[in-house]
Amino acid sequence: MLGLNQRDTKFLIIVIALTVFTPILLQPFPTDSGLAQFNAGYPDLMQRFAIFGIFAIGFNILFGLTGYLSFGHAAFLGVGSYSTVWMFKLLNYNVLPGLVLAIIVSGLFALLIGFVSLRRSGIYFSILTLAFAQMSFNLAYSVLTPITNGETGLQVYNDDPQILMGENGITTTHFFGFKMNSSWIMDLGPWQFTFNFGYYFCAVIAILAFYLSLRIFRSPFGLMLRAVKSNQQRMNYTGVSSRPYTLAAFVISGMYAGLAGGLLASMDPLAGAERMQWTASGEVVLMTILGGAGTMMGPVLGAGFIKYFENIFSKINDQVLHGWFAFLPDGLENALVWLLHPFVGKGWHLTLGLLFMLVVVFLPGGLVELGQRIRNMFRKKPDANDDSNHKPQQSPHVAE
Amino acid sequence: MDVILLQILNGLDKGSAYALIALGLTLIFGTLGVVNFAHGALFMIGAFCSVTVQRILSLSFETIDPTKVDFLGNPATVKTPYVMEWFGESTGASIIDWSVPLAILFSIPIMITVGFIMERGLIKHFYKRPHADQILVTFGLAIVLQEVIKAFYGANPIPTPAPAAFTGSFDFGLLLGFAENTIIYPYWRMVYFAFSLVVIGGVFSFLQFTTFGMVVRAGMADRETVGLLGIDIDKRFTFMFGLAAAVAGVAGVMYAPINSPNYHMGMDFLVLSFVVVVVGGMGSLPGAVLAGFMLGILESFASMNMIKNIIPGIDQIIIYLVAILILLTRPRGLMGRKGVMEE
Repeated sequence: MLGLNQRDTKFLIIVIALTVFTPILLQPFPTDSGLAQFNAGYPDLMQRFAIFGIFAIGFNILFGLTGYLSFGHAAFLGVGSYSTVWMFKLLNYNVLPGLVLAIIVSGLFALLIGFVSLRRSGIYFSILTLAFAQMSFNLAYSVLTPITNGETGLQVYNDDPQILMGENGITTTHFFGFKMNSSWIMDLGPWQFTFNFGYYFCAVIAILAFYLSLRIFRSPFGLMLRAVKSNQQRMNYTGVSSRPYTLAAFVISGMYAGLAGGLLASMDPLAGAERMQWTASGEVVLMTILGGAGTMMGPVLGAGFIKYFENIFSKINDQVLHGWFAFLPDGLENALVWLLHPFVGKGWHLTLGLLFMLVVVFLPGGLVELGQRIRNMFRKKPDANDDSNHKPQQSPHVAE
Repeated sequence: MDVILLQILNGLDKGSAYALIALGLTLIFGTLGVVNFAHGALFMIGAFCSVTVQRILSLSFETIDPTKVDFLGNPATVKTPYVMEWFGESTGASIIDWSVPLAILFSIPIMITVGFIMERGLIKHFYKRPHADQILVTFGLAIVLQEVIKAFYGANPIPTPAPAAFTGSFDFGLLLGFAENTIIYPYWRMVYFAFSLVVIGGVFSFLQFTTFGMVVRAGMADRETVGLLGIDIDKRFTFMFGLAAAVAGVAGVMYAPINSPNYHMGMDFLVLSFVVVVVGGMGSLPGAVLAGFMLGILESFASMNMIKNIIPGIDQIIIYLVAILILLTRPRGLMGRKGVMEE
């Protein structure tokens, strides 16, 4: 179906089903129970899952397939956000022109940066992309203030032209009249599920993005990109120049990032320069690696995992901890709280850093590899026909 | 003329910090072949060593002074640092005053230990892994170190004053025959520059004139052959990692009075230092030092109003711009060696 083989179709259907039922799946605890704070089914967070999923899928097309580690992808995210907000300012709050412009502008940006950066490879490429991103960040903060509104961040004001707005135009972001912040809340006993239009809008785009990247992974073009990663020299010897392929991959992943940035601005019509900082670029690298670079599902998992941590884990404070361990004797309770305190709440970055190190050291394939290992543990049936030497070998992972 | 001189001087102290960090990065890269993203964190730990020493030296006990009263009318409590009690008032006060230079002595063993633990505990396992993995794991380590420091010292910058003898500024203009107050340069920045020259000179002469340094240089050139000659090169490289950590650490200690230490100062310096290393040429020690000073001075020139009026915003991007230009025209950097990091 849709040009996919049976396995991929099944995979895509599972992904679609998971996305559709996300508001229910992420809300497993009744709202009045003590575990309700682990619920992630509120619109803002679900939108972020989808948006950063798109960002990470795009990054994975570059890093997972070609092995080029870009440390400047946040620049495209920022450019996308700015373009979308500008469309809000000039036309009206319909997100479609903004998203289209975001993709086009970030694609042009990626073409320019990629054309220069891809002349070098390895760590030099990382440094070049980092340099470009930092330059954009610094300029957005200082000289480009007329375009970016500097430190305040770009937002829509009442005296903006908004030529398509009309008399009684909608004053929040919308998609042909469907407002992004409109939600339908379903109460089911003690459970409460929120179905938000903004989330479903992002989710549909994310599924399209996922489908496109699936097709890229399975296409001859994707095969060429893998060839760049495994042995660029040999590829050159066969008379193929790798530059057009890497540049195309770079531009595609830049456009994904721009789209994600545009969606961020569509959910909340605001764009700030800090979205372009190199720590933001580092974040998408973390997501991709944590989930599993070069796999289809990994980056999405990683994005969801990190965003979940950021929102839920950072809310756990000492009082919550005391609540959990209240059944223990006082001394033990205080000791446990004292022990866990640096890792939760404001310290969640510490947990993230540790986790990330553990993943890179022990699980170079990320969460996906963990899943595979666990699955293999459970079905250890020696297969008589499994002669791995005479089957096509799986290409080794980037991190091997 | 005086403006140009002033900008060169202004560039020197930042350039010294870049050069010292880049020197350590290059040492690690040249010996172990590891791209260390946690090097900025080592610089930061060094800066917090001076904070720690200052706090330890200022540890005080409280006594009640019956002759004075506080604003509520109660007898006032007076804090006396222990060092003042032990060494007498004036000696104690000057020990506290000189806490930043004293912190160097304290930081060197600490930094070498930290470097040793890092190398043996983590980085050792990453020699054979691709550079992307090394970048990622040290990036994670940098986050962890930064958060640990934040947990202990809080998120706010901690002012760490230089000794009173170095607080003023020196009027270079008078010395060189310009008008008064044209070229004013703080003493501590002069000290920092001189200090960085001493450290850089020390590292170079250690590599050039000692047997140990000779073996290390041989190992940098051809690790396998040195191993075949029956020398345990790994042990020496581990020591070099400790040394590089110590260089970054003392650079941080001395930088504390210039810029109050905060937990993310390492990350701020790291990005620029990497640019410096790449501009200088991966694996080239003189290149790293040269590029460090060069970029520091260029940065301070670009922040002159005269130049900013011609090209707005140039001060923000000059370093990156130069890096891009150099990488595109001289792919190996200024003084890069052939065959190092050329995939």
